[in-house]
Amino acid sequence: MSILTEREKRSKAPLSPWKNKNPNRKVKKAKVIPGVASLNGRWGYLYVAPFVTMFLIFGLAPVIYSVFISFYHWDPLGGSTFNGINNFITLVHDSDFWLAIRNTFSIWALSTFPQMVMAIGLAAILRNSRLKGKSFWRTIFLVPNITSVIAITIVFGQLFGRDFGIINDIIGMFGLHHIDFIENVFAAHVQIATMITWRWIGYNTLIFLASMLAIPEELYESASVDGATKWQQFRFVTLPSLKNTITFVLIVGTIGGLQVFAEPQQLASDGGSSHQFLTLTLFLYNQAFVNNKYGYAAAIGIMITFIVLIISLINFLVTRKLANDGTR
Amino acid sequence: MVSSNTNAEISKSPPSLVPGGRFLIVAKKVFSANGVYFNQALLNTFIVGISIAVAQVLLSAIAGFAFAKLNFKGRKFLILFVIGTMMLPSQLGIIPLFMLVKNLRMIDSLLGLIVPALVTAFGVFWMRQIIDAQIPNELLEAASIDGASVPRIFRSIVLPIVRQSGFVLALFAFLAAWNDYLWPTIILQSPKHFTLQVALTQLKPMYGLDYGLQMGGAFLATAPLLILFIFVGRRLVSGVMDGAVKG
Repeated sequence: MSILTEREKRSKAPLSPWKNKNPNRKVKKAKVIPGVASLNGRWGYLYVAPFVTMFLIFGLAPVIYSVFISFYHWDPLGGSTFNGINNFITLVHDSDFWLAIRNTFSIWALSTFPQMVMAIGLAAILRNSRLKGKSFWRTIFLVPNITSVIAITIVFGQLFGRDFGIINDIIGMFGLHHIDFIENVFAAHVQIATMITWRWIGYNTLIFLASMLAIPEELYESASVDGATKWQQFRFVTLPSLKNTITFVLIVGTIGGLQVFAEPQQLASDGGSSHQFLTLTLFLYNQAFVNNKYGYAAAIGIMITFIVLIISLINFLVTRKLANDGTR
Repeated sequence: MVSSNTNAEISKSPPSLVPGGRFLIVAKKVFSANGVYFNQALLNTFIVGISIAVAQVLLSAIAGFAFAKLNFKGRKFLILFVIGTMMLPSQLGIIPLFMLVKNLRMIDSLLGLIVPALVTAFGVFWMRQIIDAQIPNELLEAASIDGASVPRIFRSIVLPIVRQSGFVLALFAFLAAWNDYLWPTIILQSPKHFTLQVALTQLKPMYGLDYGLQMGGAFLATAPLLILFIFVGRRLVSGVMDGAVKG
């Protein structure tokens, strides 16, 4: 019994640097660096003016105006009338909206979690100090990220083809039936998730690698002195130190996941026969620029924003709770 | 990379994994495809990418310098405000932005792509962090005691020091502009103004299954980035990894 508790204490010991690091980080973010006293601060106004002006016009004003528009029945051809919250009421009764939410989250989950596990695994491999050609591998990992969504969709669309795609050729070799990666809802989501994973896995691997390299070597040394196996070192030293990065990747992935547009639009611009490709952003795009329902589409944009904020909040709370609870 | 392996040969089953001898023919077909101005699209994409990259770096460096080193009223508020808006998804403002660009008569022109992208909150935040981390206050104090004015300090001290990091920001901006699809597809209407990504979607086979054309287009639209990447790949990697530790 005492050995067991002893062990548990030890396994938790590597956590402490992360716990210490956390408050530091918060302080760092909230802190505003004092400027150079002897420089004339009034130049500051002139220097931020171009940015602030452009940002207000093309960044902030559209966001505010979007809230305004969402309360109107706004047709660019037929004029606009005040509509109260009717756009939102119609929206929550619109089955397409719920389908879009389902599709977006299904694609998001299929592309986020397997990718995160693989990226952490790949980063752990790249971290190995005996690995040859370090910078070569790192560079290769970033290549998929610079190729465009459209190019990736074209290529993967071929690979996933129903009749002649390589993937179905392989499935056929095992004597299984070909899968229709367009009409089958789940398979369609897998197809899009694969495209997203291909594009982002290398990038996220580098992010994880960077934060793994920031873990002090002494932690591993003392862990191995204590007799921890490689797996235990990974489980109790590496993983806890990655929590901030995991949150970061999750939040960025969520914002990106809610913006998935090009892939489904290329595969089926109307969202597909059973609307299996209708993501939230494709839904917004079609309402705004195909159906000319600006007010309705603006309401969709606001719902997307709420979803982002809620998920970021949940993410934040969960990670904070995990940090307080220890490694479980 | 995949596109280079599978172009032209894709309609065979199983597809061969080396670029086929038909590649040059396909390339020719891409550039002469009916109603698709592929070389014009290439030029358009370069113009948009380079304008955005240069403007973003310069404006971000100027504003980032002010946010990091100059004392002026409202600085703290502005910084927090800018960081706060970085969380908002870009779809939120896209419809009013379209109406605005339309009213400014920049629809269906490259200006409509360039002007809204001249500044980003991310770029300014990034340059501010870089300037704060790389330039010690003492250096600027010393320069100002020697009588250098603020513009002089910015030009002769700040810009040379942050040149490397500025280049990385420029690369990211260029890549983002090159690969952007949603906004160009919203505002561009005539094929002569298309960027590569929009032009690519026009290569869809109308009849039959000539996927070679689209594959070849995908490869040709990616090749310039791959060539660029050979030279700057390492810098991009360090840009991504440095950002990860700080973020």
